[in-house]
This record gives sequence, structure tokens and C-alpha cells, in this order.
Amino acid sequence: MYNHMVVGLEQRQEEIDLLFQALSDATRRDIISRAMVQDYSVSGLATFYEMSFAAVQKHVAVLERAGLISKHRNGREQLVRSDAAAIRTAYGVLEDVEKLWRDRIDRMGEILAEPEQGETI
Amino acid sequence: MTVNSVQKDSDQLTLILTAEFDAPVDRVWKLWEDPRQLERWWGPPGYPATFIDHDFTSGGKVTYYMTSPEGEKYHGWWQISDLDAPNRLEFVDGFGGSDGKPNPDMPTTVTYVSLEEITSGTRMTLQSKFPSAEAMQQMVEMGMEEGLTLAVGQIDDLLAEDAGVSV
Repeated sequence: MYNHMVVGLEQRQEEIDLLFQALSDATRRDIISRAMVQDYSVSGLATFYEMSFAAVQKHVAVLERAGLISKHRNGREQLVRSDAAAIRTAYGVLEDVEKLWRDRIDRMGEILAEPEQGETI
Repeated sequence: MTVNSVQKDSDQLTLILTAEFDAPVDRVWKLWEDPRQLERWWGPPGYPATFIDHDFTSGGKVTYYMTSPEGEKYHGWWQISDLDAPNRLEFVDGFGGSDGKPNPDMPTTVTYVSLEEITSGTRMTLQSKFPSAEAMQQMVEMGMEEGLTLAVGQIDDLLAEDAGVSV
């Protein structure tokens, strides 16, 4: 069970790193936010920002690599959509770490409850 | 008896846990300082930790591995960035390869520990900071403003509703 957890954590750390890097930019967060509500083409997204189409395209690529958005085709257009599950993963990270430390603190409490070495009950 | 309080800090999106122990500060510090005690609580049940190097000083290096029930070893390390016995400890921790050396491709976490004396014993405050806490925070704020929480569960419904309304 914990084998899975430890290995899973290592693998997940890499995904998490990508995720956090992708989220570290204001434009990218704005893109996620907009693509939550409706689908956009990259050129549609580009109208919101004072930067080149190529720059917006680059941001979209970073988000796609992190799994935060996905692209799908609608006729001739390629549309961008935020991936709700990946965003939820980002929130889940804190909860995992909380569980890890809660358990550790419980074990610390158990050790402290033991009589000290050399002490008799 | 241990009392836990947990906050997800809204300014930093850093995880902060507070625990109160019915034991003096020096005793609680030993849980960190003594590798034989540390290995009794660091690893999850069934995954005992074995600490190899335990240079418990500011700038010191700690290396360990956890052993799975199948005998596989998972290596980890700490780099102690600040230490003021018996009240304060700050370290970066991460995973490593089987040689125990840090894996530069793996992200790290910064952990701050503080122990303070209270009437009933010791209050331990533990703070775990993510590589990009600011980004996480802004995500949460954005979520509140944009109804992200709703969207996470109901994005498809939302998209279906919006399908007929083009901007």
C-alpha cells in the first residue's frame, strides 16, 4: 500500500513540478481561467493579451504539457479547454502533504508518551 | 496527548501544522536530533527509515532511505539550511538516486520547524513550503473569483450551457 504511495509520490513530484511551473505565470493563469468558462482558439485567446500570437501559443504549449489544458478540434479550428481534473490535482497536493505530516506527528506523540530510556514505570 | 491544528496559509499557500506535545522542548527536539528516534516516525508504517548521515548542524547534510516490505530502498536527503537547537530547524528535502545523491530533476520542499515552550509542554509549528507557493495561492484566489470550485465539478455542464452563447 505504502509502496505505491512512496513510488507514486516520486512520479507525481515530477508532474507536480510541471504543474506548478505552468501555474507560475499570470498570463497562463488567465488562460486557464478563460478556458474554464468556454473553449477558445489560440488566436481568440491572443486578442486578450498585449503580446504576439507566437507568445500566446508558447503559453498554451506550456499549459498543455502540464496537462492543465487540452486541445480538441472543432471543424477547422483547434480549441483550447481547461482540464478540471489536472487543476484538482494541484489542490490535492496540499492535502497529501497534510496527511503525511499528520501521521508523522501522531507517531511523534506516541514516542513521547513512552517512558524515557532508563526510566521505570 | 497530541493536539493538531492545520492551516493552509492563505497568504503563502504554505501548509502549516501546529501540534502540542505534553513534553519539554528538549525532549521534542530529540525526536529530530537523534537519528534512532527520527527513524521511528519519519517513514510511513511498514516503511522504516534508516538514516545514514545525520550531520545535525546548520549547513549539515542528512541522508536516509526507506525500506519497503519487499526490501526496495527509497533514498532521500535533507540539506539543513538553519538550525538553532532546541528551537528552530529549517531544511530542504528531496529524493535521491540509489547512491544517496540528490536528484537534480526532482523538486524539493522547504520545511521549517519551530519548537516553543508552553505551559503544557511544547508547541511545534511546522511549515511546508512548495516550490511555487505564490502560483498556488493565485490559483486559489482565481478559483474564488471565477467559480473554479464549481467549474472543477461541473465544467461539462457549464460548457454545454455556454455552447449557444458565443462572445
